Amino acid sequence: MPIPIRIPTNLRKLTNDLDTVPATGETVGALLDDLDRQFPGMKERLCDENGKVRRFVGVYLNDEDIRFLGETATPVKEGDELSIVPAIAGG
Amino acid sequence: MENRPYFSNLRCRECGRSYPKEAVHICEFDFGPLEAAYDYEAIRPRLSREIIAARPRSMWRYRELLPIDGEPTVGTQVGFTPLIRARRLAERLGVEELYIKNDTVNYPTLSFKDRVVSVALSRARELGFQVVACASTGNLANSVAANAAAAGLTSYVLIPADLEQGKVLGSLVYGTNVVGIHGAYDQVNRLCSEIAGKYGWGFVNVNLRPYYAEGSKTMGFEIAEQLGWKLPRHTVIPMASGSLLTKIHKAYTEFAKLGLVEETPASVHGAQASGCGPISAAMKKATDIVKPVSKPDTIVKSLAIGTPADGYYAIHAMRETGGSAEDVTDPEVVEGIRLLAETEGIFAETAGGVTVACARKLIESGAIPRDESIVLCITGHGLKTQEAVIGKCGEPRLINPSLREFDEKIGATLQPNPANA
Repeated sequence: MPIPIRIPTNLRKLTNDLDTVPATGETVGALLDDLDRQFPGMKERLCDENGKVRRFVGVYLNDEDIRFLGETATPVKEGDELSIVPAIAGG
Repeated sequence: MENRPYFSNLRCRECGRSYPKEAVHICEFDFGPLEAAYDYEAIRPRLSREIIAARPRSMWRYRELLPIDGEPTVGTQVGFTPLIRARRLAERLGVEELYIKNDTVNYPTLSFKDRVVSVALSRARELGFQVVACASTGNLANSVAANAAAAGLTSYVLIPADLEQGKVLGSLVYGTNVVGIHGAYDQVNRLCSEIAGKYGWGFVNVNLRPYYAEGSKTMGFEIAEQLGWKLPRHTVIPMASGSLLTKIHKAYTEFAKLGLVEETPASVHGAQASGCGPISAAMKKATDIVKPVSKPDTIVKSLAIGTPADGYYAIHAMRETGGSAEDVTDPEVVEGIRLLAETEGIFAETAGGVTVACARKLIESGAIPRDESIVLCITGHGLKTQEAVIGKCGEPRLINPSLREFDEKIGATLQPNPANA
């Protein structure tokens, strides 16, 4: 059951300009791993050396910030949608 | 047009990678914010106190330290607002040397946001944008709408649907396109990040953010110049994203680096509302991990950012300078607004109430010593957030146009004036 992942402009060089790509996995972390398998280099941009999502990366599962859910351990199910959005904006 | 290489490029604050001076705001490697970088060696011989002082009284007197290539074309009259010695408020707060940097009278839309918009739209024109936009809690929307109108640019302003009437009307009147979003500011912000990538608009606080943010430095430059070319020992600054605080700190640092002021200790202190105080909370816990606030709950809508983009850097600026953070409840905010109005004749919006009330707490706790110089940054006008104080400042006494009624209802309540006795 592939989950659509929305890719921000600054990462589309890696996805051949695709703004949405499907990935599979049981958790948010697994989706990001699958994304990296399909598009090598993704993970190091999104996560630091400890595998934690970087300070300025926003990851949203169905519009909810994963920091309010279970971070990368948050489970995903069919019909969910994941968005990666830069955190630096506004103010 | 004069060729001025002072503004060199954009640079990632996290990894230091350089980027061209385009409409980009984040590093493609680590998502870190891009910031304007300058050639200070080139600027130093060209900028002196005398040169600046001889220029027109606007924020553009510091233009070598602002990220545009040519002459400013939008908001050329913005800034150089009064710095006033606040003796009556100082007495009430029990301090010796207190100043108000009064951006409630900034031109043209009565908030510090005219500073950032002036830079962002001048740069937007240089980059060839026809449509400009923003995500806003109100003040920024007003400023983008007004300055875009005056510059002949099309604008879209995206705001939370539940803003104060004054701030909604204060955008609509300029003929901008106002889009109200059912959601909190952070949701508006996120939507704007997605729109900016898709529509190719110049979003002042998204893809033009590196330019926009630098405009806030001018508040710090002006404070230092108006104090007689020196840094205040303490500056109290309201925090929403935390950007203003980091940029005032940067302004002080740049002035010292260029020899325009002596490098003296200058603590920056951050002020937030308790109903949305993620930066203050992190600072008090002595961590730099800012835990987002998912549902801000405060009358201070202009500071209600639950996921502050510059929170991390604001915390480091406060720590490096020996500053501190504080937050206050809604009733304290209203008290702060009234105290400033009653002592200094300045009607500030809710963020101003936050700054005054937080300053009071920082003084009482000893974080700000009573015998050192203090500047309070008052960033927006109170007529924009009337809902916050309506019914909390008393009511007019109503009488008929009759002298007898005036004598009975007003005259009889007067205290006898000893001078006339």
